Amino acid sequence: MSTKLKVAILGTGNIGTDLLVKVLRSEWLECRLFAGRNLSSPGMMKADQLGVPVSSKGLQSIVERRAELDLVFDATSAQDHLQHAGVLRELGLLTVDLTPARVGKLCVPAVNLEECLELPNVNMVSCGGQASIPIAYAIAQANPSVEYVETVSSIASRSAGPATRINLDEYIATTEEGLAIFSHCAWTKAILNLNPAQPCVHMQTSVLAKIKEPDLARTREMVGAMVKQIQAYVSGYQLILPPMIEGNRLAVMVRVEGLGDYLPKYAGNLDIINCAALAVAEAHARRRADGALALKNRASL
Amino acid sequence: MKSQRILVTDPTLRDGSHACSHQISVEQIRRYATAAEAAGVDYLEVGHGNGLGASSLQVGLSLVPEGEMLRTARACLKNTGLSVHVMPGFATVKREIAQALEIGVDLFRVGAHCTEADLTQRHISAVRNAGKEAWGILMMTHMASKEVLLEESKKMQSYGAQGIVLMDSAGAAVPDDVRQKIGLLAEKLEVPVGFHAHNNLGLSIANSLVALEAGARIVDATARGFGAGAGNAPLELLIAVMRRQGYPCRADLYKVLDAAELAAQLFAENLPGSNSVTIVSGLAGVFSGFAKPVQRAAKQLGVDPRDVFFELGKRKVVGGQEDLILEVASELAQRKQSAPPPAPLA
Repeated sequence: MSTKLKVAILGTGNIGTDLLVKVLRSEWLECRLFAGRNLSSPGMMKADQLGVPVSSKGLQSIVERRAELDLVFDATSAQDHLQHAGVLRELGLLTVDLTPARVGKLCVPAVNLEECLELPNVNMVSCGGQASIPIAYAIAQANPSVEYVETVSSIASRSAGPATRINLDEYIATTEEGLAIFSHCAWTKAILNLNPAQPCVHMQTSVLAKIKEPDLARTREMVGAMVKQIQAYVSGYQLILPPMIEGNRLAVMVRVEGLGDYLPKYAGNLDIINCAALAVAEAHARRRADGALALKNRASL
Repeated sequence: MKSQRILVTDPTLRDGSHACSHQISVEQIRRYATAAEAAGVDYLEVGHGNGLGASSLQVGLSLVPEGEMLRTARACLKNTGLSVHVMPGFATVKREIAQALEIGVDLFRVGAHCTEADLTQRHISAVRNAGKEAWGILMMTHMASKEVLLEESKKMQSYGAQGIVLMDSAGAAVPDDVRQKIGLLAEKLEVPVGFHAHNNLGLSIANSLVALEAGARIVDATARGFGAGAGNAPLELLIAVMRRQGYPCRADLYKVLDAAELAAQLFAENLPGSNSVTIVSGLAGVFSGFAKPVQRAAKQLGVDPRDVFFELGKRKVVGGQEDLILEVASELAQRKQSAPPPAPLA
């Protein structure tokens, strides 16, 4: 009997399609449904070519195939997820929300994966949030009095689809909230830049902080350890500017090189949020397999 | 159509924010806004150099909170409208635009990099729904062809923009570029078209005049050119040239000259001028607002700021990517350490 967790992906844009490629590679997950609105979208055609069941009936197709599913990734838009969340909850489906809708608890696997596994709906914050929040968390661990945290992400224009563009304000609000929660610092700011340069720029994220008497050595140590933890699930996550003090601010910079699954490697923004979402789903699958094994062992005693 | 009145927008207290590392004071706002009202510019733009919500470690913290800047200016203006610059990615509808509406801002100039007009849709609609005037601003326009600029302007027009302004944010344009780009937009768009110059290559007035000749009905200019990089088109010069060439506007020449004298006193320590860094920034096509942070980072890391600009130009940076300055400067510093002393150029 397969122990794979059976998943559906809702939303067939850049994020959903990149996630599909990752799910198909996972030894813990099985994609039972790729659902959107338009059967001739590039993502839908790719899924069809890959032999994945597709539907243009969106959420309705998930309702109809409820019995086949364990978990749903929502890669639509914040506005859409607000509509979807209630239905998915009633269906009793685990939900990993990749939009900045902030319905479920904010989840950053390097920091709070375990507690998120207890919840039916978790929110993956934003691409910039996944890149910056663990760094802000590490900075806050090394320095007791962080006064202000700010993050700036630059992504290639080509990697930002229509939903991402229309959700800029939600991106900012959700990322700022995530920074505030994880760094225990009330004053935060998030900025997003879309860079149209050709060839496309890699996703890059800076974390800037105002700190009373910063402990640079300890910050470097904590940030270094955190980067290793993130690399366990996002292989292209690189520290390109280790913590340094410039003027009155502490600065750290990371770059995310994608795996090139759907869009080329510059689109690290797709990778980081999708790898994080995948880490959540795989952890559910592992936990269930462990549970099944424990049950079997008990039965054989 | 020279008989049609030209709208003059004055972003002295917004673009000038770049020239003084965002340290414009309440007193400076009060005195200059009063002079601008007397001078009769159509709109006075106030705020952080990168617009609403941009005060940050990334692009610099403002001395005065945004709300206080806007309220101070509001109290000084009657016939001159109060304008703000809005960049989605920094400013949000619920926070910054809502506050500006409450304070009584008249005009929202919603901007994006010149190929990213779709980012402005929600912000432009929000302003229009609130019953206020919204224009679309395309920035760094030297980086796109006239056809692309037309396509992007049409998007903004479809979102409800009531004017389109092309910004030469890097001061990289030459008159022929301006003639072609403004000419096409003026011919094809239904809403008035404007031009915002920077003086990095010494062409701000020439480019603004060419824009008017090509059909622009909005021009941006700042007192004594108080703005990013080598500054903007100086308002006093532009009004003089418009008078010489017969372009009617609401502004009064003498009062504009007075406002410029006042600006020279108020901003004496930070008046922009041409120097090797601003020239290189114009040549490299890098946003004028990068000048001060580049100089700071270059000094701290012991590298040539001109090299930093050319390297940033190669990476085609856009406004808001100031964090790259530090990365580029430290990379150059590392290269300098590890490389043998350079051979003299042949």
